[in-house]
Formats: sequence, C-alpha cells, structure tokens
Amino acid sequence: MSALLLEVRDLRTHFFTRAGVVKAVDGVSFTMERGQVLGLVGESGSGKSVTGFSLLGLVDPPGRIVGGSIRLDGEELVGMPLDELRRLRGRRIAMVFQDPMMTLNPVLTVGAQMTLAIRAHEKVTGVAARERAASVLTRVGIPDAAARLDAYPHEFSGGMRQRVAIAIAMTHSPGLIVADEPTTALDVSIQAQILHEMRELSRESGTALVWISHDLATVSSVAERIMVMYAGRLVEEGPTATVLRDPRHPYTRGLLDSLPATARPGQELRQVPGNTPSLLALPPGCPFAPRCVRASERCVEDPEHRVDAVRAFRCHHPLERAA
Amino acid sequence: MSGYIIQRCLQAVVVMFAMSVIVFVGVYAIGNPMDVLIPLDAPQDVRALIIARFGLDLPLWKQYLVFLGNVAQGDFGRSFVYAIPVLDLIVSRLPATLELTLAAVIGAAAIGVPLGIWAGYRPDALSSKTIMGVSILGFSVPTFWVGLILILTFAVWLGWLPAGGRGPVDVVLGVEWSIFSLEGLSHLLLPAVNLALFKLAMMIRLARAGTREVMLTDTIKFARAAGLSEGTIVRHHVLKLIAVPIVTVFGLELGSTLAFAVVTETIFSWPGVGKLIIDSITSLDRPVMVAYLILVALLFVTINLLIDLAYAVLDPRVARSRAA
Repeated sequence: MSALLLEVRDLRTHFFTRAGVVKAVDGVSFTMERGQVLGLVGESGSGKSVTGFSLLGLVDPPGRIVGGSIRLDGEELVGMPLDELRRLRGRRIAMVFQDPMMTLNPVLTVGAQMTLAIRAHEKVTGVAARERAASVLTRVGIPDAAARLDAYPHEFSGGMRQRVAIAIAMTHSPGLIVADEPTTALDVSIQAQILHEMRELSRESGTALVWISHDLATVSSVAERIMVMYAGRLVEEGPTATVLRDPRHPYTRGLLDSLPATARPGQELRQVPGNTPSLLALPPGCPFAPRCVRASERCVEDPEHRVDAVRAFRCHHPLERAA
Repeated sequence: MSGYIIQRCLQAVVVMFAMSVIVFVGVYAIGNPMDVLIPLDAPQDVRALIIARFGLDLPLWKQYLVFLGNVAQGDFGRSFVYAIPVLDLIVSRLPATLELTLAAVIGAAAIGVPLGIWAGYRPDALSSKTIMGVSILGFSVPTFWVGLILILTFAVWLGWLPAGGRGPVDVVLGVEWSIFSLEGLSHLLLPAVNLALFKLAMMIRLARAGTREVMLTDTIKFARAAGLSEGTIVRHHVLKLIAVPIVTVFGLELGSTLAFAVVTETIFSWPGVGKLIIDSITSLDRPVMVAYLILVALLFVTINLLIDLAYAVLDPRVARSRAA
C-alpha cells in the first residue's frame, strides 16, 4: 500500500441555480497521505464545506461535480455508480458534521443509530451490533457506554453528542474522515477536548482527517498541513507552521491578522477589508484582487500556481518570505 | 407522566360537562319533538299526559338535572321513536360504523403514507406528480358524488359489488361483523373506498410534506455519509421523523369519521350511527341526539388523550418535557 491516500485533481463542483451557475469549488487540487491531518480554512461561502461533501459524493442538487478527479486509494470516485459510492461511505470515507443536534436523529436511540451504521456494511446480529456500538462509544470517551445505548440524543450533552457522531464515523475505521467544523457548535472547553481526542483517535487508527473550519486557531492546533480556500479556489497550501508563520498569500495574511490571539490587548482587530464576493459575479482573474492591498492591473489575469520550497500559493504579488 | 395523565382526565371531565350543557340547550332549541310525535288530532288531555310522561313539561334546567341524575346511573333515556334505551340503540349501531371507519382510515393510511413518502422522496418524478394530481381530486371532489359514481360504476354497470346495505354478518365476541366473510367484505368495500378517498389524499399530502422537509435535513445527510442505503434511511429515519403529524391526523380523522360518516352511510344505506343520528334529527328524537353527541365528545376527548400518549412514544423529547 502506498502512502498516498487521496488525490484530488482539478475538482469542480458547481451549483446550477436559477440566478446562474455558482462555482462553489472551482479547480481544487491536493493530495493526502495516510493518517495525515489536513486543515481546510476559509470564510463562509469559500467552498470548503462543498469540497468536503464532494469527497463523499454528497453534493445536493442543484449542485454537482462537473469535472476533475477524486482518487481514494487509486480508485476514482467521480462518476462512480451511486450504489458503489454508498458502500464506500462510512466504510472507507466518513464524515462528521458541525452540529450533532441536527445530524443525530432525535427520535432514534443512539444504539439504534449506531446499529444502522454498523449494519450498513456488515451483516451482524443485533446483539453483536450492540456490543460493537458500545465498544466504539467507549473508544470515543463515553462513560458507561453499554447503558447509554438506549438513551436518545437529547439526553446527551453537546460534547457527548458530538462524540456519538464521531463514533458513528469511526465505526468501520475508515481511511479518511471529513470533519466539517466539528467543534464549532460546542463550548470552548469541550472544543479543546474533542479536538485533542479526534487527533488521538486518528493517530491510533491511522485515519486521515480533513479538518474543515473557518477558525485558523483551531485548525492550526490539529492539522499538519493547511489549505486556505477563497471563492472556490485554493489560494495557499503548505505545512501548518510555515503557512502560519510566514504566509505568502495576502488573504492568508489577512486571516491571520484578524485572529484575536495575534493582536495586542486594547488594539483594534484588523479585518480583511470588504466582503466575500458573490460566487455568481466573480471578478476576472484573482477573485481576491478587489479586497487586496497589493493588487495591480496584473491581477485581472488568473494567477498561476506557484511553489516555493515547501508550499504552493496563487498570487501575482506574494508577500516576501520572512528571513 | 402520571401527573400529566391525571391532569388531562380532569380536563376531559370539564369538557364533557360543558359539552352536555351545550348539547342539551342546542337540542332543546331545535324544536319540540311532541309536535312530531303526537298526532295533531290527539285530544288536549292526552297530549298533556304524554308530555308529562316524557318529563317535557319541566323547565329546561330541571330537565337537565333529571338528565344528569339519570346519566349518573348509566341511563341516557329512551328513544322517543324506538322506545328502547338510547345506549342500547347506539351500541347496536356502533359496530357497523366502527368497522367501516376503521377499514377506511387504516386503508387510507396504509396506502397514503407510502405514496406520500414516495412523492416527497422523488418530488420531480412523473409518478409523484401523478400521485399529487390524484390527491387533489380526492380533496376536491365531494364525497356524495364519488359515492354515487362508485355505485353507478361497480354496482350498476359492472355488477361486481352490491350497491348498498350491510349484507350478512357474523357474530364474533357477541358483536356483529361483516369483515369476516367474503360477502360481508363485498358490501363493505364500496362505502369504505368512498369514505377513504378524502383521507387518502390528506395522508398523501401530510407524508409528502413531512418527507420533503426531512430529506433536506443534516440527519439524512449524516445517515447517507455513514453509508446507509436509501431504503434503510426511509424506513428507519424518515418514517419515524414524520410520524407525529401523521398520527395526530390519523386519530382525529378516526374520530370524525366515526362520528360523521353520515353522507356515506346514507348513500350506501349502511346501518351505522351516522344514519341513526340523521334519522333521529329528522324525527326530533332528543334522547338519541343528546346521548350521541355526548358520546362523540367523549370519543374525541379519548382520542386526543391517546394521541398525546402516542407522542410520548414516538418522540422521546415530549415525554421528558412533560415529566419535568
């Protein structure tokens, strides 16, 4: 087995709305190795969640993947028949969503929902499924798991609910879990716990994680590599430490400057000027140019992907590398 | 939970009292039954004697108190027309209506809910649009007209099914039923279909609306992400999530059909309580009307209570908020 787990090439997911074609994901390429934790950051509407859903083939109409390639263990997922894709989901690639209150079914017990997930891929007896469910719940840190199987989601706290969702995603030890803002809906203290536990679990089981978040601080504490997305494109990608310490793309710089942790107390937070552009009416060339202090006439042309020693970025006027 | 049940039962008693007053006054206002029952040429003293024997010479409030006193002893009075205890009369007609109603409502739910789920699951498919078109017909075409067309088609032209009446009955557990013989079923079929059409349309619409809403939620997306098949998702997730409104309407429809299957029972000469109440209104048979309407109120109160209890089973969050 090669180290390469996932290879995404020129992924394009567009939404065909009445107002026009929304290019939510427009030419995204990246690779992931087994067990790697990859952070995907960007503002709301940057296409990071749609990228995640595209990986599982879960893009709802009117959206669909119109081009590109997603290879999981060398197997092409784009254009794969729905039934084969279904057999892959949950077994080799799984997903955790933002709000466990919305994702878990409120009228089914946790045990029932886990049993459904187990039986989606394995023919096992009810008793065996319950045992499996209890052992997975124990793994994600739910105390007295066997007894909790008969409880309903509302009888769990927010953090415990998200643990249940994580347990469902981990049931079949998939090679890849897409985590779409899994800690955003949680209390800050619980966020840190879940963050830590998910990283541990991924390390133990060799599961790779795509960690999607708008929060650079969260991502930086969990991801080895980081990708910054803007208006459906990757604008910068590289090892987390390098990108955070020494960003080349002005947008990444803007995101970093807007973090409270980097500001001195009493100082006003710097924000990225302007708003996210409407994906229906993107400017020609670099979509960030209208908000960018470094923009010039050249920026009406699409910037090429450029690479320095360790990372890739997409800008005509990159920031200088720090010494 | 038990505190909640007790509270609901007390509410029910109040409702029943209020209902009895309204019914009593209302029926009193409709007209004087003696004008219908006593021949116009009867001598004045005979007339006064009959009125006194039925207790109709008393003021309204006294009549009501006498009625309450009798009900407390389980006596709803005797029918002016049939001269037998009202309760016996209604109970003798109840099984006919009960089996007709159950056949119609259960049939409507058993067919309507799957059709509605399909229509909500595939809103753009031709089959779904056909289902929805037919459901509009079920809503808008009047029951009496459908009944007549059914008789015309299946009884008169095709001659497959009887045009009316209940046909032979079997006595099971001391009650007369038609559903246990082929002959009886053939009599039941047309009126049941007639009664079911409207409810079928309603079940389809409810199930469709619920399914469309649920299919867009993250719950379904998460289930798909876990690799559940579409069939499993519909059977285990969707069906339970749309159950609450469907059970509500199912219960209320069951009640209102039991009480007011009048049109269908009349068209098909079905000897149920609906026909009984129409006949008793025509002949101003007060005790029958009063007892019937009060029993109907009791029926609805009971059904509502059962629906509420069903919620607690279907949606555990309800049970908890009430226990608190």
